[in-house]
Amino acid sequence: MRIVIAEDSVLLRAGLTKLLADGGFDVVDAVADAEQLLRAVAEHRPDLALIDVRMPPTHTDEGIRAALVIRNQFPAVAVLVLSQYVEERYATDLLSVRTSGVGYLLKDRVAHVSDFLAALRRVAAGGTALDPEVVAQLLVRHRQDPMDRLTPRELEVLRLMAEGRSNHGIVDTLKVSHSAVEKYITSILSKLDLPPTDTDHRRVLAVLRFLRI
Amino acid sequence: MLSALWPARTWRATLHALAGLPLGVAAFALTCGLPVGAGYSAIWSLLYASGDDLALTTLFVVLTVTATLSLPRVVRGLSAVQRRRFRALLDVEIPPSHRWWRQFGYHVLSLFIGVSGAAAVAVCWSATLLAWAEPAYLVLAAPALVAAPWMARVVARADTAAARALLGPSRNEELSVRVQTLSRSRAEVVAATDAERRRIERDLHDGAQQRLVSLAMNLGMARANLTDLPAPARQAIVDAHDEATQALAELREFVRGLHPAVLDDRGLDAALSGIAARAPVPVRVAVSVPDRCPPVVEAVAYFVVSEALTNIARHAHASRAQVTVDRVADRLRVVVTDDGRGGATPGGGTGLRGLAQRAASVDGTFALHSPAGGPTTVTVELPCGS
Repeated sequence: MRIVIAEDSVLLRAGLTKLLADGGFDVVDAVADAEQLLRAVAEHRPDLALIDVRMPPTHTDEGIRAALVIRNQFPAVAVLVLSQYVEERYATDLLSVRTSGVGYLLKDRVAHVSDFLAALRRVAAGGTALDPEVVAQLLVRHRQDPMDRLTPRELEVLRLMAEGRSNHGIVDTLKVSHSAVEKYITSILSKLDLPPTDTDHRRVLAVLRFLRI
Repeated sequence: MLSALWPARTWRATLHALAGLPLGVAAFALTCGLPVGAGYSAIWSLLYASGDDLALTTLFVVLTVTATLSLPRVVRGLSAVQRRRFRALLDVEIPPSHRWWRQFGYHVLSLFIGVSGAAAVAVCWSATLLAWAEPAYLVLAAPALVAAPWMARVVARADTAAARALLGPSRNEELSVRVQTLSRSRAEVVAATDAERRRIERDLHDGAQQRLVSLAMNLGMARANLTDLPAPARQAIVDAHDEATQALAELREFVRGLHPAVLDDRGLDAALSGIAARAPVPVRVAVSVPDRCPPVVEAVAYFVVSEALTNIARHAHASRAQVTVDRVADRLRVVVTDDGRGGATPGGGTGLRGLAQRAASVDGTFALHSPAGGPTTVTVELPCGS
């Protein structure tokens, strides 16, 4: 899998390159700012771009803005954004374009190598990876909604779905049976008024409603 | 002998008293004599003069009007000259005042101070000179010689007191200048503190945090790859990895608390989700602020919410909290409510005092409503200059 890295810290750029190479990824380019990133993506057309949020010149949200450009101009390139602190507003920006092939994680998560590489593969394969902290932040926005009808356990399941986990991943995390998870999800979908149809992906709609995007 | 008895200071006080005479006369003439004299002449001409004296009458009227209208300017010019006399001869600085009628009072008084002061000093002085010419008068001259320096200083002191009271700023003016100075210096201190926080946040973000991420990542790689090490070595790596990730999480909390970067580029609404999400009790956030406030005010609002939520977590025994931020005219209103046990007091060492101080640092207000049994509402209003 071909990856472009954008990270302004030399130390981390080298570290991430090594981490990904060891994990069997092909790092085709590693750059230090958003401008170079956009050039590298246009040139290499990688499967995934791994992007730091704060980069030169202003050290604010360059990475998010570059990620949005990539998502609009290169829909085939998945985007995983890393940051020292995650912010709900950046997440809604990222997810507003499309909810597939996108990830937003705390930089700390790279320390848990196998989880991080799994998230990377999930995003590259068109899935999502949202940091639990992002999800927690999205929940504090004010609203009156059908979410209040969900039980705490159902909310927990929905939260894991929002993080991008599959049923299998939810089973592993909550230490419950497959059939229990399926029952929770059916209940969630009915409480959120999402009847089965052929045209919509109900699971995605439930997550979108949960995240209020 | 003269220089021993009369030090330079006394000479200068004497000169000051003498210079006060012509200045006092001129000031009185310009401020009182001219307008009153011209006015009297004008009235007299208008009442009694025959038509032949039309030119003279016109002149008196014009002079009266001119002298009266230019009185404030004349007064200020004279005050400047008098201030220079005090500065040059007595080293006394009389700060400027904007109230010209008080200065006018000094110029009226200056005639009397000038005449009596110069006379008193001149009398002492001339007695001394008399003894010089005719030693028989020494009996008379000796006390005068001793009294002269004292007299010069008494005159200088009296004149200085009058000038300070009338030429200098009034108590109100002094206070308003002081308030202005203090407000400006406080705003500078608040801005400097804010800038310093941003700088430290940036330094830690670019330095220690990156390094720690790198360290944790390397330990993570070691933990994942070095599976065939002896158990103690492996345990050491596992412990080090756990410690590093823990340190990273703690540092992140601290650094974001210093100054959230998202506050600068996305504003208060975006920044508040972060602290609300980390609060141990569920928090709802509702922010409706169409126009952004100055960065320092946003920073204070952010820290007010942060401290209020910390306080709720520590003391309130609440099950949920609500943060509402809106704009009321030109003020930013921050309301934090919880459903806890209430009974909070600003002085109870609960962090509410710090919250009130933060609000006050930008001229904001702080109100606490916390009846026993709850709920507690903290309302902070901050000026959001438009």
